[in-house]
Amino acid sequence: MIKEALTTMSDLWSLMVGLRVTKTYFLDPQVTVRYPWKAVSNIGSFKGHLELVSAKTPGKAKCISCGMCALACPSNCLTVVKRKAPKPTPEEEQALAEAKAKGEKPKDKTPKDPEKFLYDYTLCSLCGTCMENCPVGALSFTGSAYLAGYSRNDFHFDLVQVLKNQAGLEGVDQSAAPEAGQSEA
Amino acid sequence: MSAIPAELLHIIIGLVAVAASVGLIGLVMVWVERKVAGHIQRRPGPFEVGPSGVLQPLCDALKLVGKQLFMPTGADPILFWLAPVLAFLPVLLLFLPLPVGDGLQALDVNLGLLLILAFSGLAVLSVLLAGWASNNKYGLLGAARAVAQSVAYEIPLLLSVLAVAFVAGSLDLAQVVKGQGTWPWNWNIMTQPLAFLIYFVSALGETNRAPFDLPEAESELTAGFHTEYSGMGFGLFFLAEYANMVVVCSVATALFLGGWQGPVLPGPVWFVLKVSALMLLMVFARWTYPRVRFDQLLVINWKWLLPLAVANLLLTAFFVKLTQLS
Repeated sequence: MIKEALTTMSDLWSLMVGLRVTKTYFLDPQVTVRYPWKAVSNIGSFKGHLELVSAKTPGKAKCISCGMCALACPSNCLTVVKRKAPKPTPEEEQALAEAKAKGEKPKDKTPKDPEKFLYDYTLCSLCGTCMENCPVGALSFTGSAYLAGYSRNDFHFDLVQVLKNQAGLEGVDQSAAPEAGQSEA
Repeated sequence: MSAIPAELLHIIIGLVAVAASVGLIGLVMVWVERKVAGHIQRRPGPFEVGPSGVLQPLCDALKLVGKQLFMPTGADPILFWLAPVLAFLPVLLLFLPLPVGDGLQALDVNLGLLLILAFSGLAVLSVLLAGWASNNKYGLLGAARAVAQSVAYEIPLLLSVLAVAFVAGSLDLAQVVKGQGTWPWNWNIMTQPLAFLIYFVSALGETNRAPFDLPEAESELTAGFHTEYSGMGFGLFFLAEYANMVVVCSVATALFLGGWQGPVLPGPVWFVLKVSALMLLMVFARWTYPRVRFDQLLVINWKWLLPLAVANLLLTAFFVKLTQLS
């Protein structure tokens, strides 16, 4: 009986404690920001869609077209199209034949960066497996939080084209959505 | 002009003032509730329309007025449209006997308390009609809950009010206020703290406010009794809820917190301040406590509030008789 009364009293007191907690939160500063006018300070840490890391020459990807990313991708959203070897000029053909005659292995002059790097953002789950499997660190996430589009095709990118456009528009807002959406559907 | 009796003029002015203030209170309370809720959850609340969003409820009201009124098939048309009107009209009457200041009363009757208690019972009827006429299972469940809850919570409410009426020796709210003094230790809450507690908890139950908002429990019954109401049908229920809150808080102020009595400031200011404080407490309670289960709700009432209220009443009666004898 006495014990029950004591529990009741402590239970009632817990109601007061609850009100005090509410009061504390009421007086605490707000944690939300008025978004369209003011963004959160750490918006740069946003994990957006993939992009190719630029090599030393701007507009040229660091990528070596090995295809490990496409192989590792669990959602099959990457397609790497390798460059075809350029048609050798007559002199080169001659040099090639000479080298073959000498028994040397001819050096492949084909540039390693991909011709196309097709990325379907509608399938991507942003898991980062492609980045982990890339031997040269040629992929990264963008901080772009404002990507939006009107159709599915707006999210099919050719990342090589995106990179080229970015190099051309250096200094322009990075967060702008890449407009090089290549429709392939 | 002399043809109009002064008393009629008094009542008409009072009614207009009450009608205007009910509308204003509704708008202000919607804003206050949303703003306080926002700050408690550490977000700003409405801030877009007008300074700090004060005009937001006005926009909402305009939106509600402009909306089409729907009635579900199979609903009882008369009862369905009668219910919101019935919810709102008695509220105007409840405001009449409230003593805002010394002599500042729309209707000076010596049974003001009785009038309020009697007509506040109509709120249950409107909720029942709304739920029943909607032809909706959630509406019906909400209505059933409302009846069980309001009937139960009316009893301790009445008993706690009765205890104060014993002490004051009057059912006239103005008389009860006059019986109390200027300072907080002269107020009835000092002699009747338990009655105040019971009154406040029962008032939460009577006005269907959280944590006792079971008739409209949105997570269980979508919106309970007003699920099927659109536009101003819903608007009237909404307005009536806030107006009812003001009435119970005003009665609590008059009975327990000395009404318009207070130092320095004029009477009506004190009255409004005390009522606002109680309203704020109600809003805080809503955002602090989780909704109780229905059996818990009835246990609180029948096992705790009712016996306590009866004991309090008996003790009060005993001491009142004792002081009369001596």
